[in-house]
Amino acid sequence: MLNTHTIKHHFPLFDRHPSLVYLDAGATCPKPQEVIAAEREYEEAFSTNVGRGLYPLAEATTERFEAVRSQVARFIGAESEREIIFTSGTTASLNLAAALLAPTLRSGDHIITTELEHHSNSLPWIELARHSSKGELAHTKNIPLRLIPFTEEGSIDTDQLIALIDSKTRIVALSALSNVFGTRNPITDIIKRIRNRNPETIVIVDAAQMAGHFPIDVAQWDADLVAFSGHKMYGPTGVGILFGKQALLETLRPTTFGGGMVVDACAEPTEYKESPFCFEAGTPNISGVIGLGAAITFLEHIGFETIRTHEKNLLTMTLTRLRENFGDQIHILGTDDIEKRGGLISFTLDHIHPHDLAQILGEHDISIRAGEHCAALLHRKLGLSATARVSFGIYNTEEDVEKLISGIKNARTLFDTKTPLHSSI
Amino acid sequence: MSSLYQAIILDHYRNPRHHGTLARHTHAANAHNPTCGDRLEMQLLIKDGIIEDVMFSGSGCAISQASASLLTEFLIGKNPEEARRIGKDDLLALLGVDLSPNRLKCALLSLETFTKALKS
Repeated sequence: MLNTHTIKHHFPLFDRHPSLVYLDAGATCPKPQEVIAAEREYEEAFSTNVGRGLYPLAEATTERFEAVRSQVARFIGAESEREIIFTSGTTASLNLAAALLAPTLRSGDHIITTELEHHSNSLPWIELARHSSKGELAHTKNIPLRLIPFTEEGSIDTDQLIALIDSKTRIVALSALSNVFGTRNPITDIIKRIRNRNPETIVIVDAAQMAGHFPIDVAQWDADLVAFSGHKMYGPTGVGILFGKQALLETLRPTTFGGGMVVDACAEPTEYKESPFCFEAGTPNISGVIGLGAAITFLEHIGFETIRTHEKNLLTMTLTRLRENFGDQIHILGTDDIEKRGGLISFTLDHIHPHDLAQILGEHDISIRAGEHCAALLHRKLGLSATARVSFGIYNTEEDVEKLISGIKNARTLFDTKTPLHSSI
Repeated sequence: MSSLYQAIILDHYRNPRHHGTLARHTHAANAHNPTCGDRLEMQLLIKDGIIEDVMFSGSGCAISQASASLLTEFLIGKNPEEARRIGKDDLLALLGVDLSPNRLKCALLSLETFTKALKS
């Protein structure tokens, strides 16, 4: 069992805001003391660049930085640290993936993604398809993008996806866990079925909402490329990962050029470093990477089984309490099957706009998210302009859930035309 | 923390004034706030240089709907030239609250709809 009261004290944010009920881990997690300390330690004691300096401090920084690369590789079940590219976050990782794959597209190829994706896993592919259809890519013309619908329970319609895979399916981009439905997609099974239809298809997984909540196992998934962020797994903002199978990365050409990624800049053609270093031009977010290492250590210390048990308890309790209290007035997106859910719940409530609900809860120190959650297509498909979203972290308690429920009750009373109005709340 | 949801906003949200459509109008427009999904439609009846009547309809958050309701009350009886000069600060004064930049967009949707209607 997770001792949430002890855990909470690892997060200085809650010391500063003791009454804060933070239910927006899906947007970003508060950072534990260990992560802040690691970043600070780098800035104070090692503030030197990586990969270049020949003096002891810079060598120590490089060593620490590269140790995190190995740590990430172990954390996600990669075969080698050479498969780990540091980026600034999931969005940068997915955009990098699209840029790296663009030159490999051939006329007649197509790209598949789904209607439940976050904008960071739909817009790069929409843009890639759009540019290719204008003939802006040297080798390609007219690469169509196909969008797969989602099922009622909020997962990717796998049968429809598989039916569209043929010899010309070059790229499939999909998320492991929907940031709106909270539903986990059966990634291992989906990728296996894609491979059966076309072993050449490159599969990219957006794992932003998985990281920090479930183990990421790229080997079990058999994904070609996997993207996730540090800050949604208790690490710093501004650091993310693009995992790529080594055999694939070795065939791709860098798209960003500059310092640190070149072997011989005077050669013709220019000789670049091997992957992943050729994909990391410029000075990286060193303190962010060091902090990410501390976040992984923190997560591994708690263990994913403990985290999952904790989040499942909160999920079960929240779903039950929401239904008990708001009955047919509440509309919860996605499945009621806890086994298929990650630690987030999106919903709408009759007679109160999600923005009003979030604002009123905010006035009572309860932080939830309201809006489209960067998934406009998903909301349009559902005919909704916005939803309210509650997402959990390891610091959340049953008391937080109770405060949420009574906060929603308050908001409902305020908006209920049958209750008399007071001069102010 | 003082609440955004003062009695005046809740009152206008729960019991919107001049809500519906006019039997006869001279000007009309609709506007939409894509970030929140707020929608407003406004109809004006302008006769002899006076806004004789206004009705609005729409859906969205309390701020967008209450500000439309408050605006209709303000507009009736004004001449269009005078009404055209109403700005953000006047609207906030009607609402009686300060709004964060995000929620300001919700409030300003009513003004946008009105300005569009005048030009129609």
